[in-house]
Amino acid sequence: MSAHLLTELTVFILALFVGIEVISKVPTTLHTPLMSATNAIHGIVLVGAILVAGLANPPLHPILGVVLVVMASLNVFGGYTVTERMLEMFKPKAAPTPTDGKRG
Amino acid sequence: MTSDQIANPVDIAYLITGICFILGLRYLNSPKTARLGNRISMLGMLIALVATLTQGIVGWWQVGVGIVIGAAIGIYSARVVKMTAMPQMVAAFNGMGGGAAAMVALGDVLRLMRDSGGTVPVDQGIPIVLSCAIGSISFAGSIIAFLKLQELMTGRPIQYPGQQAVNGLIALIIVASAVAVCASYLPETAFYVLLAASLLLGVLFVLPIGGADMPVVISLLNAFTGLAAAMTGFVLDNNVLIISGALVGASGTLLTVLMGKAMNRSITNVLFGAFGAAPKGGAATEAAAGGGHVRSGTADDIGVMLSYAKEVIIVPGYGMAVAQAQHSVRELADQLEKKGVEVKYAIHPVAGRMPGHMNVLLAEANVPYTSLYDMEDINPEFARADVALIIGANDVTNPAARNVQSSPIYGMPILDVDKAQNIVVLKRSMNPGFAGIDNPLYENPKTMMLFGDAKKSIENLTSVVKGL
Repeated sequence: MSAHLLTELTVFILALFVGIEVISKVPTTLHTPLMSATNAIHGIVLVGAILVAGLANPPLHPILGVVLVVMASLNVFGGYTVTERMLEMFKPKAAPTPTDGKRG
Repeated sequence: MTSDQIANPVDIAYLITGICFILGLRYLNSPKTARLGNRISMLGMLIALVATLTQGIVGWWQVGVGIVIGAAIGIYSARVVKMTAMPQMVAAFNGMGGGAAAMVALGDVLRLMRDSGGTVPVDQGIPIVLSCAIGSISFAGSIIAFLKLQELMTGRPIQYPGQQAVNGLIALIIVASAVAVCASYLPETAFYVLLAASLLLGVLFVLPIGGADMPVVISLLNAFTGLAAAMTGFVLDNNVLIISGALVGASGTLLTVLMGKAMNRSITNVLFGAFGAAPKGGAATEAAAGGGHVRSGTADDIGVMLSYAKEVIIVPGYGMAVAQAQHSVRELADQLEKKGVEVKYAIHPVAGRMPGHMNVLLAEANVPYTSLYDMEDINPEFARADVALIIGANDVTNPAARNVQSSPIYGMPILDVDKAQNIVVLKRSMNPGFAGIDNPLYENPKTMMLFGDAKKSIENLTSVVKGL
């Protein structure tokens, strides 16, 4: 294994731990937006898609390149839009109710 | 990599993106900051994309056309989709990401072979075959999940004899072709075999999984796409792909385990157990008290009962999503609250078709998240409640999970609705739920059934309550 690969593996494993740590603090109420948010984040594969489809002398047929970028973009833009729509809806009590006296 | 090299600004941008993603997820820990989190995450994505576009991109039309088409379809469909169709939407976008990861792997393998005269270096070969296999399984599996959730195909488990043997054989082909690619033995052919076998396995592995287990499958496929993206990062030497992919992989895995725990079943059991197809013993019915008599009530009776209750706990399930009854439920709750009835919602962790499905639907209907209670918090409350109003939930309320050892859901933690003074069940018909198991709750003497479309039934109840 090259030193370079080892560095990348280190980054990967540490990121896994950070992921577990951060995600375990998300309440059940937000699990659907969480899924959707992480779904959008793996749209980062669009970076890979651009690098494969857009470089000079691309290895894939241009049409395949377009399909690849379309798929990854769907993931990014669709994913973020859906998440945004979901989160928009999460509100605390809309109007203070009679029992909610503390607000004064 | 020499230490005195000056860092590439693109890599610095990628580092910022990684930080944005972590912060974005961090802010998801409270509904108050969640939107900010999503914005930070978007900003990170934007930074990464702009940075990538500065890296000597030549195929502008391919990238440009691709992004425009993808963004247009993605944003449009995400805007118009109904909240009840969210699980399949997420599954579809997830599949797109998985497919993209597999195609990036294809591009990489062709590029490497071209550059190095037909061979694939092992250091790159391993992440390539992993991203191809995991990405393809995620792509094909997500499409099947989408079709099942969209009801374009049956949501019931599809099984045939020798299923495990066939899957095992395909898995062997995947391993063999992956080894061949890494050993540069007919790498191109081997890669296509790997691609085809992985796609097939993705299809076959989701087919036998029933609708009720979809929350587990969707979070697992989400983890798969994340890991596939991380693997492409290893091939392209790209840290932002590695970090983001790992974050998603960790999150998806964690959610999968949580869902499994909520059903008291191991992930292997969910994936290979074919839940809905478990043999149906007569034991569930025999064990039921009340001698198999089901009492059905009218909207008038139930409306009066609800109006004079002190506390009502609403238990929503997938049936509420199907009937799109969340807004009507909110209206009913509003009317009840006007009459001084305390209304709470009990959310089982696996109610619906994705983690937190009910929370999102009720949030759409403007139900404040402070009225939604997790299973552990609400279960002691049922004994104090006058009415438990069950709307399209079945297996998560089935007392057979507590005491019928032969039941396929035996051991699954359930909502203790039978502790309430009265139980009202809104249901389309006496058909058992997705899991195909009889529910002795319906024969409980305290239970009153109200048959019909959930939305219609609730509207009827609301008008009764209003009229009192």
